[in-house]
Amino acid sequence: MTARATEILRRAGAEQHSLEDYAGCVPRWCTGCGDNAILAAVQKVCREEQLPLEKIVFVSGIGCSSRFPHYMGTYGFHGLHGRALPVAEGIKMRRPDLHVFVNTGDGDCCSIGAAHWVHATRYNMNMTVMMHDNNIYGLTKNQASPTSPMGTRSNTTPRGSVLEPFDPLQATLGFSNLSFVAQVPDWIPELLFQVIHEAHKHRGFSFIRILQRCPEFQANRWEPCMQDPASVRILTHENGVKLSPTLARAYKNNQEHDPSDLVEARRIVGTSEEIPVGIIYRNPDVPCYEDMRKPDRLYTPDHVKSGLEEELDKFTIWPRD
Amino acid sequence: MSVAIKKQATPVSKPAHEIDEHIVEILSDSGEGAQKCGQSFGAISARLGYGIWTVEIIPAEIQPPARSVDGASGNRIRVASRRITNGGDKADLAVAFNEQVLRGRLNANELKPGSIILLEDKWRHDDDPSIAASYVAVYDELLERGFDAIEIPMETECLKIVNDPRKGKNMFVLGLLCSIYSLEVEAAHEQIRFIFGKKSEQIIIANQRLLDAGYQWAEDNLDIKFKIQATPPVEPSIVVNGNTSIALGVMASGMEVCAMYPITPATSASHYLSDVFEKVGGVVHQAEDEIAAAAFAVGSSYAGKCAVTITSGPGYSLKQEVIGLAVMAEVPLVVIDVQRGGPSTGQPTKPEQGDLLTACFGSHGDAPKVVMAASDIEDCFYSVITARRIAEAFNTVVVLLSDANLATAQQPFPRPEFCEEWLAAPIDQSPVDEDYLPYDWNARSGQRRRVIPGQPNGMHTLTGLAHDRNSGVAYNLKTNKEGIRNRSLKLAALQKTIKPPTVLGDDEGELLVVGWGSTRGSIEEAVQRIRADGHKVSSMHLKILQPLASGIREIMQRFDKVLVVENNWADSMDDELIDEDNRRYSNLGWLLRARCLVDIDCWGEVGEQPIKPGTVERVIRERLN
Ligand SMILES: Cc1ncc(C[n+]2csc(CCOP(=O)(O)OP(=O)(O)O)c2C)c(N)n1
Ligand code: SF4
Ligand SMILES: [Mg+2]
Repeated sequence: MTARATEILRRAGAEQHSLEDYAGCVPRWCTGCGDNAILAAVQKVCREEQLPLEKIVFVSGIGCSSRFPHYMGTYGFHGLHGRALPVAEGIKMRRPDLHVFVNTGDGDCCSIGAAHWVHATRYNMNMTVMMHDNNIYGLTKNQASPTSPMGTRSNTTPRGSVLEPFDPLQATLGFSNLSFVAQVPDWIPELLFQVIHEAHKHRGFSFIRILQRCPEFQANRWEPCMQDPASVRILTHENGVKLSPTLARAYKNNQEHDPSDLVEARRIVGTSEEIPVGIIYRNPDVPCYEDMRKPDRLYTPDHVKSGLEEELDKFTIWPRD
Repeated sequence: MSVAIKKQATPVSKPAHEIDEHIVEILSDSGEGAQKCGQSFGAISARLGYGIWTVEIIPAEIQPPARSVDGASGNRIRVASRRITNGGDKADLAVAFNEQVLRGRLNANELKPGSIILLEDKWRHDDDPSIAASYVAVYDELLERGFDAIEIPMETECLKIVNDPRKGKNMFVLGLLCSIYSLEVEAAHEQIRFIFGKKSEQIIIANQRLLDAGYQWAEDNLDIKFKIQATPPVEPSIVVNGNTSIALGVMASGMEVCAMYPITPATSASHYLSDVFEKVGGVVHQAEDEIAAAAFAVGSSYAGKCAVTITSGPGYSLKQEVIGLAVMAEVPLVVIDVQRGGPSTGQPTKPEQGDLLTACFGSHGDAPKVVMAASDIEDCFYSVITARRIAEAFNTVVVLLSDANLATAQQPFPRPEFCEEWLAAPIDQSPVDEDYLPYDWNARSGQRRRVIPGQPNGMHTLTGLAHDRNSGVAYNLKTNKEGIRNRSLKLAALQKTIKPPTVLGDDEGELLVVGWGSTRGSIEEAVQRIRADGHKVSSMHLKILQPLASGIREIMQRFDKVLVVENNWADSMDDELIDEDNRRYSNLGWLLRARCLVDIDCWGEVGEQPIKPGTVERVIRERLN
């Protein structure tokens, strides 16, 4: 069936959007790349919410992960390295009707685009941001990223990286006007789906750090964690993620965490030996910039005319009679 | 020789010298209000039907040390019986609140020999003997050099009315000037009411009293009175500076989003816009930096109407990568660069036209974009409207160049009459055909239909990667080439619609002067002066710099010599090291030589002040000999 026909049927209520409707070009990521898992989860969220295809925009920077929009059957904007967030803000500003998603890499977000990330958090515009953190620069072929563990051997650190890694969670929990922070690995599909789904439903700037596998350049990075479920501590809550019975059997290391508790969120992120997973912080009451900056007056040609005339009056020299 | 200060009251009807024009400078320490005084003097004159052009004199710091040579803050106002297009040459009259700020202007040679200087006299009696000595030294020097220096007890007189003379001297001076130039006090009262409109009635009245005091003091004590013929306006006109004009243009163009990051001398456009844009449903976003501002504007344009980002040189450089993206992805974008002295932080408050080549050829790879320049205050307004229309018609980047000269200069122009065609079309959310291709380039014009999020069936991912007609990533050379060709073609298609520039003066002759942007007024005035002597000199001013109109070469070929004059650097052939092989031409010089294969000479000046007509006149005369 053509996309158009599907659309007509869907509108008539006869058919729902299927997963395939949300699919775009065939992904060109490496086999086993965690980005594939993220793509699958995102498409499921879109189907779950039955988001209209034309009302969705995926915005990205540059990197393996930033190819994401091409693989969605929605609108997309694959822009510049590090600059996905300001582009997404510009889109959202006058188009609150659009569902805006952002895909960014650890280099894209925490290095070249770090300033935008700080401020995007503060603007708190309603969008879902997925930071695909594979601890490496993938697209440019294996250079250390700010999140690479100390000692990472890469093409720019052949004898091992010398700096302590940057912790995106600790950083973001220090930003002002925080609204939603989560962390989830790409290899637990059920949680990945839940977290992205919650992030999308949250009204505000929802930031998810996704621990992403890069078998090509960081083959062993997450392997031990995958093998050892106890290395992951799942934060559950009625306002956070919930474990299904199956998942609860596999992941015994979990704890209740109220996502509204910022002090506790900072404590967990700052001290936990294990990887905290789930919704770390959530505050639904932070106002969104696009709402606050919405002009009282609608844009109409009549308003432009009257507004302009009013201003011109201030500077006008009328002939004296 | 000094005009004696008459102690006895003179009758109000002193005979006035009839003059054609005068250039007045008002100079103070920063914060003493000389700028407000100057702007008001200009506005009153405009109201009464004089031609005016005002130039701000701005120190580099917010609070430069008091009484310093480099700290002069104020205004130059050129008042004439006819339309004025520039700040003119040297001043005929200066009012100085202390002798040091005056010294700055003397050093810069901005005052006519023998001109009238009204000097605050309080420093003569200053408690600090070094200050008193410095004052006396300057005063004596003025007399010795033949200036008509007159001491005025500004502070003493103001203290009779207000407690803090620092906040009132400027209105006293305004009163002096109204008397000297025979301006109606009534018009000045109206102006005070207008500028202090938001303040209390008490403040308005106090300022009007200061004005009256200044007026009366001049009537009673000064021997100088001028009268310039005014032509009372028959049509309404508006008096604004270039940045306000740009902001009004943004409102009138139908754009809804302006994203910016503060930078001198562009910021005041955004200040004003921030105050008024929401009235028409628009919004100014102050981003975290210029890259974000440009990217924000691109995002807005992508999802709706064309947006604008306003900046100056250093910020313009930061936007280059985003400009390349907008060109590549074919997202309409208006970038306004209010140029300042560069490179680097350069001279933030001083005029320069140094960004033309970077505007034409900046970003990276082949990034064809449209470049326009505003040539006067009125043009600032209409250029924004045109820029928005071109950006949207061709889905590309339009760079509009203004500069520090236009930014703060004021000039009256006919009040614009709103016209709905100025506005962008409402955003289209209708479904598109199933076989829609995001880059379905028109083979003849390179244009494409832009479809935005929300339109059913139009889904595609815009990308800064080379792409095919379906906006898919171009993995082969041929597809990439097709995109490059079509983006380039758009400029050619636009070029076909541009009319050749007009020539001021004869169509042929000894010398053609070519310029662009804010130097128009000075160039044309210089050319007219020289034409009055019988020389066959003409001028041509370019508004669209990329693509250049057809016919420019033919016009140039009808003159014996062509000289480009602009406010940027050009190596001088008088320099020992410079020859034809290493000479760096001025910006437009390079451009026209390359485009037209004509041996064009150029002259450029990078100075503190806008280029003066007298300077252009001198340069032309040298070239004629
Ligand atoms: C301005 C600029 N600098 C550098 C690059 C080269 N570049 C492309 S992607 C990338 C890093 C990608 O790493 P990351 O953001 O972690 O994404 P990943 O590929 O790992 O998903 C770099 C440095 C670029 N495209 N643009
Ligand atoms: S290089 Fe790594 S991140 Fe990039 S596609 Fe391959 S596996 Fe994924
Ligand atoms: Mg990465």
